[in-house]
Amino acid sequence: MSDAKELTAAQRADLRTVAAMIVPESAEYKVPGADDAAIQADMLATLGRDTALVAQALDHLADLAGKPLAELDDARRDAVAQEFRSRGGAAAATLVRVVLQCYYRDDRVLRSLGLELRAPFPKGHVLPDGDWSLLDPVKARGGTLRRAT
Amino acid sequence: MTNDPVDVLIIGAGASGAAVAWSLADTKMHILCLDQGGWMNPAEYPSTGRDWEAKFYGEWSSSPNVRKRPEDYPVNDDNSPIKVVNFNAVGGSTVMYTAHWPRLHPSDFKVKTLDGVADDWPIDYDALTPFFEENDRMMGVSGLSGDPLSPLSHPPMPQQPLGLSGPLIGKAMNKLGWHWWPSDTTVATMDYEGRARCINLGHCTPACAQGAKASTDITYWPHAIRAGVELRTHCRVREILTNEDGMASGVVYYDRDGVEQFQPAEVVIIACNGVGTPRLLLNSVSGKFPNGLANSSGLVGKNLMFHPYAQIYGFVKEPTDSNRAPPTCLWSKEFYDTDLSRGFVRGYGIQFGRGAGPVFEAVASEQKGILPWGRDHHRVFRKLNGHRLAVSAICEDLPEEHNRVTLDPVLKDSHGIPAPKVDYTISANSRKMMDHGLARGREILEAAGATDICINDPIPWGGWHLLGTARMGTDPARSVVNEWGRSHDVKNLFIVDGSIFVTSGGVNPTSTIQALALYIADQMKQRLANLFD
Repeated sequence: MSDAKELTAAQRADLRTVAAMIVPESAEYKVPGADDAAIQADMLATLGRDTALVAQALDHLADLAGKPLAELDDARRDAVAQEFRSRGGAAAATLVRVVLQCYYRDDRVLRSLGLELRAPFPKGHVLPDGDWSLLDPVKARGGTLRRAT
Repeated sequence: MTNDPVDVLIIGAGASGAAVAWSLADTKMHILCLDQGGWMNPAEYPSTGRDWEAKFYGEWSSSPNVRKRPEDYPVNDDNSPIKVVNFNAVGGSTVMYTAHWPRLHPSDFKVKTLDGVADDWPIDYDALTPFFEENDRMMGVSGLSGDPLSPLSHPPMPQQPLGLSGPLIGKAMNKLGWHWWPSDTTVATMDYEGRARCINLGHCTPACAQGAKASTDITYWPHAIRAGVELRTHCRVREILTNEDGMASGVVYYDRDGVEQFQPAEVVIIACNGVGTPRLLLNSVSGKFPNGLANSSGLVGKNLMFHPYAQIYGFVKEPTDSNRAPPTCLWSKEFYDTDLSRGFVRGYGIQFGRGAGPVFEAVASEQKGILPWGRDHHRVFRKLNGHRLAVSAICEDLPEEHNRVTLDPVLKDSHGIPAPKVDYTISANSRKMMDHGLARGREILEAAGATDICINDPIPWGGWHLLGTARMGTDPARSVVNEWGRSHDVKNLFIVDGSIFVTSGGVNPTSTIQALALYIADQMKQRLANLFD
């Protein structure tokens, strides 16, 4: 496993490219892609204990591509991505998870999903109590515990 | 360094250690508890930050091998399809659990008599009944009394709301004519004993910043400490020592500065769970006990039982509770009892999942291949996110000696203490049970109108329930402790955690673990005059 403490410039460039392949910008949903500068900055700032595995994944991606990912044509890039995801193991899964966990906490993305821009605590959420008459058939049916003897 | 002797030394401040400490406190003996972890700070719990979901993949992972907090010890579980998960702190794994609170059924204590497999327990459900009730009051349980297919309980608080997901599940179960009922949980639905009521922060498992979920650091421990019990944190026990009479004389531990200490004690109680307890016993080797302490039967570490979880989930058109509710609120006992026409013996409980947060949904769905990369990602994600319903069959695992905890010859913790190694396979009986659970789960999801159905078979990081590795019994050749928790071999050594389970039942075990701990404490108190006879 790579013992990288931070990503190289080439790795950061490939991370940006693959992030956009996973989650591209969408005008329809009015959301940025995962290659957005703020989301990329969040990824790099919070990589922490995932740095080594993400670096390993990016090295694998670079080996498959043979050159910077951004320089491949679309068909070749898709083929590389498919190979990377199917055979990349824990490192590839970590890279994808890092992209998604930063993307799905971005304010613009959460707003587009109709979610509040806040931590769960201290406001919490309100749950409807629900219709407890749904339990009536279970009560009517009854039943007995299996005897222990 | 040697400390002043204590009357009772408890190792582990989790579910069972806290309960036994509180119960024994009224003896006014000098009671000391050592825990390798410290007090948790709820202000730092995941739900207090915007990055709450990301923390589950790192410092708040349920796996000690991923989490790697200084208080954790590594576990070699490479040779097991189910990975060990736990938490190490004051409160133990009650800090990080779903708060689901079923009890073992009366029939679970008589498995050999009823079904001809495994062994009967040396005690029955009735022996534990008063302690279940006492424990429910101490932990603060919410639920609805009167479930026709569960043991009678009297939760002091009303059940959780059905929310958005509950009616979808209830309607599906009614369509199939199958049993379902609101779960007993240790989630406070009203202010209770200094705990604030649940405000639905989301998934309860990685600790509750509100303090609505019961963990023993906020339930038993404040009472025990007020009653005079001493709790010493960041103290990792290496081994239990014995004297020339074969009695436990105390423990060697490393304090928070890493300094080796000896703590003498008249009585030693182990409360370290079904992996930590055999690890400690197997590390406590001496000339008199060359195969580990309390191990004349050779059963220390053997008969490890998890509950294999067969999970199936799908996505409905209606919105579900997502991350805006405690994760579990309903159970079913429809398939709990033996029906040999199903092709297996014993049975399983079902627990229903209300949903997941957006990061978890994105990561899990991408891994399952149902959330694509590229242009269609956004459309598909909006179809999945906030629409998940899950059904988990929690299958009764039967004891098998080849499923075991031993000491890893290489792996060690940060103090150089040999780490546990787990060897475990899912039995043919459990496999059939899991398949049955998945098939029934699919019927439930289809009745709810779910699509995009996926399975986790088993849930890989689902080794929460660590049972059976120091089983109780009346025969010293076939058990490690007697019918009131005392070691057959060492008369002042007791075990009170899940390792003493004889069989596992098909439900989450913490309620029963704590009832057992209270029962053993009560037995000890009744026998103080001749405890070592």
